[in-house]
Amino acid sequence: MNSASASPASSLGGIAADAASRRPRLAAGDAPVIRVRDLDFFYGSTQALWGVELDIRRGEVLALIGPSGCGKSTFLRTLNRMNDTIPGTRAEGHVLLDEVDVNSPDVDVVELRRRVGMVFQRPNPFPMSIYDNVAFGPRLHGRARRAELDELVERCLKGAALWDEVHDRLKASALALSGGQQQRLCIARALANEPEVLLLDEPASALDPNSTAKIEDLIFELRGRYTIVIVTHNMQQAARVSDRTAFFLKGRLVESGPTEEMFTNPTRLETEQYITGRFG
Amino acid sequence: MSGLRGGRPDYGGGIGAFLCAGAVAAVLLGVVLLFALLFMRGAAAFWPRPLTEWRLADGTVRLAEELDERPDGSIRARIGNREFYGLDFLIAGPEEVAARSRPADAVRIERTENGPFFGYLDQAGAETWRLRLPDGRPVELPAAQVLRVSYPNRLGWFGRVGAWFAGVGRFIVEEPRNANQEGGVWPALVGTSLLVILMSLLVVPFGVLAAVYLNEYARDTWFVRLVRVAVNNLAGVPSIVYGVFGLGFLIYGVGGAIDRAFFAADLPRPTFGAGGVLWAAVTMALLTVPVVVVATEEGLRAVPRERREAALALGATRWEMLRHVILPGARPGILTGAILAVSRAAGEVAPLMLTGVVGFARELPIDGDFPYLHLQERFMHLGFHIYAVGFQAPNVEAAEPLVYATAALLLALVLALNLTAIRLRARVRKRLEGR
Ligand SMILES: Nc1ncnc2c1ncn2[C@@H]1O[C@H](COP(=O)(O)OP(=O)(O)O)[C@@H](O)[C@H]1O
Ligand SMILES: [Mg+2]
Repeated sequence: MNSASASPASSLGGIAADAASRRPRLAAGDAPVIRVRDLDFFYGSTQALWGVELDIRRGEVLALIGPSGCGKSTFLRTLNRMNDTIPGTRAEGHVLLDEVDVNSPDVDVVELRRRVGMVFQRPNPFPMSIYDNVAFGPRLHGRARRAELDELVERCLKGAALWDEVHDRLKASALALSGGQQQRLCIARALANEPEVLLLDEPASALDPNSTAKIEDLIFELRGRYTIVIVTHNMQQAARVSDRTAFFLKGRLVESGPTEEMFTNPTRLETEQYITGRFG
Repeated sequence: MSGLRGGRPDYGGGIGAFLCAGAVAAVLLGVVLLFALLFMRGAAAFWPRPLTEWRLADGTVRLAEELDERPDGSIRARIGNREFYGLDFLIAGPEEVAARSRPADAVRIERTENGPFFGYLDQAGAETWRLRLPDGRPVELPAAQVLRVSYPNRLGWFGRVGAWFAGVGRFIVEEPRNANQEGGVWPALVGTSLLVILMSLLVVPFGVLAAVYLNEYARDTWFVRLVRVAVNNLAGVPSIVYGVFGLGFLIYGVGGAIDRAFFAADLPRPTFGAGGVLWAAVTMALLTVPVVVVATEEGLRAVPRERREAALALGATRWEMLRHVILPGARPGILTGAILAVSRAAGEVAPLMLTGVVGFARELPIDGDFPYLHLQERFMHLGFHIYAVGFQAPNVEAAEPLVYATAALLLALVLALNLTAIRLRARVRKRLEGR
């Protein structure tokens, strides 16, 4: 180890330690809500994931890091079977949500996706009003009573720290919002399904620093109430928001562990090289 | 540094830019000329012209609506009174007209028969009107034949403008008379509108569903590719071929079967087994479905992939995603398709000639008699009317102004439809983008 590379790693460790000290400890932090066992994934004949084994614990924020193209998004999308929408894909192995294999044929994909919500890299509000965007999921799932919806929309917009900015124009088009607001709206829209797990695929990478900070604050707020899996290519972000971090490389999970430990004291050489910026 | 200076002087223009700009100018000129010709000629048809008394060298006297002067100085004029002169029109050289004047009490009477009467009015009786020809010979006219009386030589400028507007109004709301050579085009306007509306009601849902199937459900197999190629090439099939299809398949095949099944009592008189507005609309829908499919597919493809994924990730089924997210986002594309379909259908005539258009229909396909909409009825159409008036009327020269007026009206109708649809699309776009 040379001294030049020690300093970024230790500064990331510092960020992680500082963030950890400001977080309350999770009560039920140890019960896994999702268990991934021996997961392989194929795009046609190309294999993208190799034997991934990972537990995601209830209420934690898990960061997925790794160089571009290493399979982070692919992994995330196996958790709510979004890869089903790409023709010719195939998953082998087990993804157990509360001990039920999500890939078994009798699983109701609609209910799975309600319980495991997702927010994408680019903000993608629907071309309708702010209110209708948030109410979209609940309406699909048969919760159409007006008063109930009003209350839910308000709660989710508050939960996504957007209420104060939009409460007086709920009927305005969602496309008129700024990029950062749109992304928080997408988070509110996902929250409205009352999911247990929230998957965030680089949710801030298309946003300016100010909006990024707001999203990070929001993740901090949501921690504990939802299980959050966030893909990020930004080490500082991973250090700031996550409890645990998993490092992927070339379709394999290299290691996972508490964020503070990963950044101060990684066990694998590749991990250290990656977080000290040697590649990726 | 010095290499930067002294560049080519024609950097901003050159021969390429000149040629392109010239082509644009030529196209613009063509369009402007077309519009100007149609609208000016069309408008001139209703401009009240004075009646000039011509005393001809051979001693005869005529009242003439002077129309245009020829290069050799001779004047073409309408002289009316067809039952007496045999001719409506007269061309007289400058030496043939010995004297011209404008008698103030010259009267122009529009009648149900024989074209207009030019002369003088002595007494408008309840049964018969006593009139004088321009040369003073007394004649009589049954009062029932009189439609309208005017004294064009007494009209001031405002009077003429008023008469012009009244003429345009009558042209639009009146029925044609006298083998389409006089009167208005109301039935053709109604027929055109009904045809376009029926066609839109058929083509938009079918085109959109077909596009949704091709774009969202169908896998990319050779069959689907073949369908897509076929759809794209349907647009290039000559329109008369659609007319043949409409006649052979829809009218004789489908219509004949309907008649045998439901209207057997009326046979051999056909009900649906003959041309009618329904079959014409179905034929037109077939003709225009490719543009709706292509435009809708484009609109569907323009919806970002992330938006589809977001809907699915919220637990929407494929149909719910389509219904609530994709189709609303594709509305501008769908409207574009509808616009193109409507403007094509409003102007297309050839297939109609085989599927139910007529030069003169006794009854409208839509009226106050139950069931109000008579889909099996033959109908009139502005596009065909132009042809029928211009080339099938017994007196083509008399009908010529109406040809221009009808063409101008058809053009105005298509333009109005287009403008409405384009503004609608702009509004939808604006709402979608939230501005
Ligand atoms: N739709 C797809 N079809 C085929 N291969 C894909 C597809 N999406 C991703 N891949 C491949 O899978 C691998 C992992 O991609 P991805 O999960 O997007 O990586 P990351 O999110 O870590 O950047 C890459 O090699 C990529 O080329
Ligand atoms: Mg990715």
